[in-house]
Amino acid sequence: MDKLPRWADVALIPVVNLVLALIVSGIVVTLIGENPFDAMMIMVNGAVGSTYGWGYTLFYATNFVFTGLAVAVAFHARLFNIGGEGQAQLGSLGVALVCLYIPWPHWTLALPGAIVGGALFGAAWAAIPAYLQARRGSHIVITTIMFNFIASALLVYLLITSLKAPGMAPETARFPEATYLPTAQDFFAAIGIPFARTPLNVSFIVALIACWLVWLLMWRMRLGYEIRAFGHSEPAAIYAGISPFRITMVAMLISGALAGLMGINAVMGEQQRLLQDNVLGAGFVGIAVALMGRSHPVGVLLAAILFGALYQGGAELEFETSVPREMVVVIQALVILFTGALDGMVRGPLEKAFLRYRKQPKPGVAAE
Amino acid sequence: MADGPAPAIELRGISKAFGAVQANKDISIRVMPGTIHGIIGENGAGKSTLMSILYGFYRADAGEILIAGRKTDIPDSQAAIRAGIGMVFQHFKLVENFTVLENIVLGAEEGVLLNTSLGKARKLLRQLSDEYELHVDPDALIEDLGVGMQQRVEILKALYRQADILILDEPTGVLTPAEADHLFRILRGLKDQGKTVVLITHKLREIMEITDTVSVMRRGQMTATVRTAETSPEKLAELMVGRKVLLQVDKAPPRPGEVVLKVENLRIHDEQGVERLRGVSFDVRAGEVLGIAGVAGNGQSELLEVLGGMRPAQGGTVQLTGEALDLTGSRSDARTRRARGIAHVPEDRQREGLIMDFHAWENVGFGYHDDPAYNRGVLMDNDALRRDAEAKIARFDVRPADCWQKARNFSGGNQQKIVVAREIERDPVLLLVGQPTRGVDIGAIEFIHQQIVALRDAGRAVLLVSVELDEILSLSDRIAVMFDGRIMGERLPDTTDERELGLLMAGITDTDRPVATAEVEANLARSGGKAR
Repeated sequence: MDKLPRWADVALIPVVNLVLALIVSGIVVTLIGENPFDAMMIMVNGAVGSTYGWGYTLFYATNFVFTGLAVAVAFHARLFNIGGEGQAQLGSLGVALVCLYIPWPHWTLALPGAIVGGALFGAAWAAIPAYLQARRGSHIVITTIMFNFIASALLVYLLITSLKAPGMAPETARFPEATYLPTAQDFFAAIGIPFARTPLNVSFIVALIACWLVWLLMWRMRLGYEIRAFGHSEPAAIYAGISPFRITMVAMLISGALAGLMGINAVMGEQQRLLQDNVLGAGFVGIAVALMGRSHPVGVLLAAILFGALYQGGAELEFETSVPREMVVVIQALVILFTGALDGMVRGPLEKAFLRYRKQPKPGVAAE
Repeated sequence: MADGPAPAIELRGISKAFGAVQANKDISIRVMPGTIHGIIGENGAGKSTLMSILYGFYRADAGEILIAGRKTDIPDSQAAIRAGIGMVFQHFKLVENFTVLENIVLGAEEGVLLNTSLGKARKLLRQLSDEYELHVDPDALIEDLGVGMQQRVEILKALYRQADILILDEPTGVLTPAEADHLFRILRGLKDQGKTVVLITHKLREIMEITDTVSVMRRGQMTATVRTAETSPEKLAELMVGRKVLLQVDKAPPRPGEVVLKVENLRIHDEQGVERLRGVSFDVRAGEVLGIAGVAGNGQSELLEVLGGMRPAQGGTVQLTGEALDLTGSRSDARTRRARGIAHVPEDRQREGLIMDFHAWENVGFGYHDDPAYNRGVLMDNDALRRDAEAKIARFDVRPADCWQKARNFSGGNQQKIVVAREIERDPVLLLVGQPTRGVDIGAIEFIHQQIVALRDAGRAVLLVSVELDEILSLSDRIAVMFDGRIMGERLPDTTDERELGLLMAGITDTDRPVATAEVEANLARSGGKAR
């Protein structure tokens, strides 16, 4: 069977999916008595209409890049890591420990330290399900989702016992000021451009570098070649002398480490202390981001920005209109539904349409 | 149609395209009732597409189908069954843990209670069995039957649905010669009862043996329809590929050197603890081809997998040029085997030998991606890989000659050429080859055989596993026959024949006494000699 041209696969289908999601969202918004076009304008303006909007959009996007890359790397090894949430929580813990207990003189040193801490903790949390999958055949979907709950419970436990700061809230003490990451505002102020106060920080650059490194890994390095080969066909991998155990472990460790890196943005960059939940569902959004981004770093980056815009635009919508918070979640969910789960719904008819279109130039051949 | 009866099947101007590929082009064919009609052609010639159109899996872009002289629309397989067409697929569509009877009734149950239709089916089955020499125990579980028996169930399934036209797609691919003979007797019986049989195959011998008329397909077109009695295998082969081909491999007498591979008492269990190899011993010398013949599923695959480093062994030793191979530990993987000079063309190129979604150039390095020539520091040297791929594609005449195509987009023969080029050009000490020409067209078969012989002439050892006796006979310098995890004996190609090998393949060592087909089948059923 013939396939779609590449541009249609990577660009047209996501766009059609997105448009369909927005149309259905529009209908829903109309049903609750709001003007869908106004709502749309508010969302777009809120997300990208100001430096404030951009700041938040890209801040959220940074989280989604990390969790999206995490899911994408595992996808390439045909491992469905839906434990990004838990791995990111553990990563947050790692970042917090590094920031709290090591006296950093300056953020430029604290950042690499936190990267190592977040990555190690995230990877360690992914290592257990990975081992269970590779050696015992316990399904990774089941174990990783279970580990999300364990991570959440573990964090709560630590935050009400050993890590708890004095006071009422279950949270750690504030990190020392030397660990505060420079924000976009600081950056732009240095070159004389006014930028609103947002949590967007240097972690965004780290996310971009992570995209590039993942691309390098998957398409330029032996390990990536082996991961992709294993993901396409396990018998072929064994034939080529690629150890399924090793690839399962390594791919999940990288995946967990990437999810864990989210902590530097959310914990070190924004809250500057560890809360009960710094991740706020980004682990799950990462799945949608990886799906929509076709597990390619560039796609993940674009999809992450889209979802960042949805988050930020949604918050604005909630603020400006009577559209309730739940409806914003509905809109986000519709996008995830259409881009992720209902991908085949658009793909099938589009493929047919392309086949028909290609056949038409030949005269005399009936369509049926 | 003034002359005689209307054709059982008549196709007029059938065309079918998949995207840019024209699978069938203006095909017209008439199959007369009560005949056996062969359709022969290379892989990818469009035979299966044509039959899928007839059975309602695809819709033709143009053309019409006439069944028994009446124009018939066949939008799905239900319509095909109503029109009296039955199909026996290459890969059986049976429920393994159902009985024969349950499988036959499946999808054609009547009423709410299963017992009514089972009872009716049992009666009809007995009648059919007697009529066509199609004996099979209606209460046996499918998983306990050998392939030959399973095929009979498929035929019975079609007859139970009152098929007048029976289409068989490559029916002998999984059968021993004796089983194939029995199948042919069944088909002749069906013909005598007035049924029409369409036989799709790429084996010239079968066409010559059993068909009344034969149609040849090449590149989506019907190149000829002739009476079988008025043609010859050479002529058919020429029609298939469009040029004359050598059906025999030209090769010099072997000059065997020292022992390269020495296998002693090799034992393997599968995951269920069933012994798949029960103490296999043999050796292969430099400069010779040892052919392993056998019905699929008698341990040959496991043998190749162990030697290729794809699975551990449970006992025995293997020596390569005098040094023992690690069969269980950390150095029993395929990577280590390759480093020792063992190249491996696996039995299933699409599942094992290639990554179908990788580009051709990525596949050319597959398994050898550690080679310093393909690497530059920590990064892979993709340019070097592509240059090498282009050179290999040129030398092995892979078509299309485009290293950016995905492996999936090459035909079976060209996929195999990519694998063979990759493995043979490593100049290995030992080449393991499994089913080198399965699903490969005649032109490529010839080429691949030449490459294997050239490697052997260069003084390398070759272990060939094939279920095609022709291939074993024409390539091997020695032949070992496997049955039920054991080697039944070794023969020399010049002093043996298909009959003797066929009996060994069915586990009968005393090949001089007369043997009944039933005994062969019972043996195979007992051994679980089923295709996987």
